[in-house]
Amino acid sequence: MSDRIKKFLSSGTLFVWFCGTAVAASLLMVGGVLLLIMVNGLGFFWPHALVEMTLTDGTRVLGELKGEEVIPHSATPEFPEGKTRVRLKVGNRDLYGLDFRWVDTEHIASADSPKDVAAFERREWGNFYGRIREVSRGEDVVATGNQEGWKALQPLIEQANDLQEEIEHLQRDVIGDINFEIEGTRLRIRELELRGQDDAREVAELQAMTSQLETQYHKHVETLRALSRQLDEYSVLLVETNGQEKRLPVGQIVKALRPNDMDFFEKILRYFMNFWSVLSEEPREANTEGGISPAIFGTVMMVLIMSVAVVPFGVLAAFYLREYAKQGLIVRVIRIAVNNLAGVPSIVFGVFGLGFFVYAVGGTIDNLFYPEALPTPTFGTGGILWASFTLALLTVPVVIVSTEEGLSAVPREYREGSLALGATKFESMLRVILPCALPGILTGLILAVARATGEVAPLMLTGVVKLAPALPLDHHFPFLHFERKFMHLGFHIFDVGFQSPNVEAAKPMVYVTTLVLVMVVIVLNLSAVALRNYMQKKFKASAV
Amino acid sequence: MSSRIDTLTQPHHTAARRAQTAETTMASSERSQDRIPKITVEDTDFFYGEKQALFKVALTVPANQVTAFIGPSGCGKSTLLRCFNRLNDLVEGARVVGRICLDGKDIYDPSVDVTDLRTRVGMVFQKVNPFPKSIYQNVVYGPQLQGIRRRSVLDGIAEKSLQGAGLWEEVKDRLHHSALGLSGGQQQRLCIARALAVNPEVLLMDEPCSALDPLSTAKIEELLHSLKDQLTVVIVTHNMQQAARISDLTGFFLMGELLEYADTKTIFTNPSDSRTEDYVTGRFG
Repeated sequence: MSDRIKKFLSSGTLFVWFCGTAVAASLLMVGGVLLLIMVNGLGFFWPHALVEMTLTDGTRVLGELKGEEVIPHSATPEFPEGKTRVRLKVGNRDLYGLDFRWVDTEHIASADSPKDVAAFERREWGNFYGRIREVSRGEDVVATGNQEGWKALQPLIEQANDLQEEIEHLQRDVIGDINFEIEGTRLRIRELELRGQDDAREVAELQAMTSQLETQYHKHVETLRALSRQLDEYSVLLVETNGQEKRLPVGQIVKALRPNDMDFFEKILRYFMNFWSVLSEEPREANTEGGISPAIFGTVMMVLIMSVAVVPFGVLAAFYLREYAKQGLIVRVIRIAVNNLAGVPSIVFGVFGLGFFVYAVGGTIDNLFYPEALPTPTFGTGGILWASFTLALLTVPVVIVSTEEGLSAVPREYREGSLALGATKFESMLRVILPCALPGILTGLILAVARATGEVAPLMLTGVVKLAPALPLDHHFPFLHFERKFMHLGFHIFDVGFQSPNVEAAKPMVYVTTLVLVMVVIVLNLSAVALRNYMQKKFKASAV
Repeated sequence: MSSRIDTLTQPHHTAARRAQTAETTMASSERSQDRIPKITVEDTDFFYGEKQALFKVALTVPANQVTAFIGPSGCGKSTLLRCFNRLNDLVEGARVVGRICLDGKDIYDPSVDVTDLRTRVGMVFQKVNPFPKSIYQNVVYGPQLQGIRRRSVLDGIAEKSLQGAGLWEEVKDRLHHSALGLSGGQQQRLCIARALAVNPEVLLMDEPCSALDPLSTAKIEELLHSLKDQLTVVIVTHNMQQAARISDLTGFFLMGELLEYADTKTIFTNPSDSRTEDYVTGRFG
């Protein structure tokens, strides 16, 4: 018997089982996380049905059903399993004060999904659920009743959205450009003053330009006012389920839906439209509504800048350590130090980035190159460049280690073969060893990208903000604005999930942002993997 | 010729058998008066750090001949070969004491440009090592290093070198395919072509056939015969039949010493040292 046990143990079957279990557990955990994020994140875009309930006290509740649970400690002899309650998103924050409401199941007299109720997504105050009483233009009523009003409202909302777009264009692009130029001339005047070259003629010219720009500015502001008035021209009188009324300018409505009246395909279409609008729009309402496009943009751009910074830096360091440095105690110590650097908490890198990049380097740059803007800092404050550099510093050990591994994997025969043909060490490295080590280098890049995309703590000190006024890339020369602050998906999760005044309403947004962040990580990684495979194919081409 | 005789007749602080070796060598060289010395090694010691790998080696490699070094593993034959193109410089703590001359000029002189030397003395390795590039890129690697950029010139060199290595007919339609797609024997001939492309005067071969099948080996041996007209070949081999088949001169190494160096025929039929006889007849090694 003991023989059989001994045989079983030494056969390694048990070990294989342990290994398999470890893999399965890892897969289960990763899969679980992804599934949780996907279910919660992807469910957000679905147009949920609206439920109208009449309660036992005669009041009514209208909203999206968000879940049901057993009330804690509610088990009594009559209800051995406890009483239940449902959670509804009732919206109408301006009227009720809260978006969500718990209703005990025993208080529900009847529940129904009427087709004529609508969900209005508003620019402020979140969703409104209810019916339309009348649509009016100024004082004149255009349509009355829910059905008429709904028909009248559709084209008006479209018009209003077009107008809104025009206003945004005017505000951001036209007026933004003028402000940019005014600021430019102001800085130019200040610069001339600082240099003591403020001869009257040039300053006067600049001042004339400024006043000309200001005239333009005022003209555009007038147009803007007119457009805003136009936006408020139509209004709609809404009524919530208990009869409370709310007058709303049509311009306040982003979109109106009757989810109970939509068929499956309409819902699917709406689903993808919602998805796209989150990806492409800017946030509203303290980030809890609208889209996340600036955060996606900021994340990707930061990772790209980081990659551009970290690869040459890490590769050069690895080449020196592996190819040139005399292998000995010092190199060993350096290698250990580099490996340990990867384990330093990222917030420490954040503090270093703030002290070194932002204050020391950025401050010096400001003093030397942007004195006219002081005391407003240009580079002497957090910005996308400093955040990227801080992350580059954070990830450089990974690149060094994998590049070194790549280099040590290059067969000695290649080096000797190249040298024997009369190549210098440098030529051999450039033409034979570097191409062979490229897959290793790119593996380092992949790991660095994966690490950097998910990092938030150091960014909070070096340039990430809740809401950035402008993207770090635009049509103003020099197009890339490294000094600008930026938004980031990771920080967005933190901000929306934990810093917003309306956490419950923001929860779906947190999941969506998480989902997008995971997708961005995957996409960035896959592109790095594709690049590595391409390089491998190009340089290692297995055959024919 | 006289310098060579001088070298060989220099007084040695060695045992009697070394004198005997020198005599044998001299005798063989006298037999072939037309041989011009290409590489001369004078009383050379070689150290890997503390460990001495070569002891007072002295020999002359004649031009346009195939010279084979034989001996058991670790006897120093590869070490000596790698001294000829100074590839041992890469090894930390490697040190040469003595004189190794190419065409009468000391290659360890500080004024010698190592990369220059290596273009004159090409090498083919035991482990087949084409670069992970295309066939064409492998062949023109050396010429490109020398600054040749004109496509037409490179094309010519590639064709000539591949023909020289007997590979042209097999690869001319897939020059731009990866070199790693070739068979082992083809890869080794590609390495020879790559070495020929820089137009060397000497070709060092470090057990070039030890990883190849008999057919590929036969092809490369055939190749050596034709190469002899253009350059000097020094080959290290474990295979005594191969040494007997292809070489004009053979040196037998044991424990870092050159025991016997003479015409191949002499070594294999009438060796003067009993240990040489034991080795070539397969009694040890």
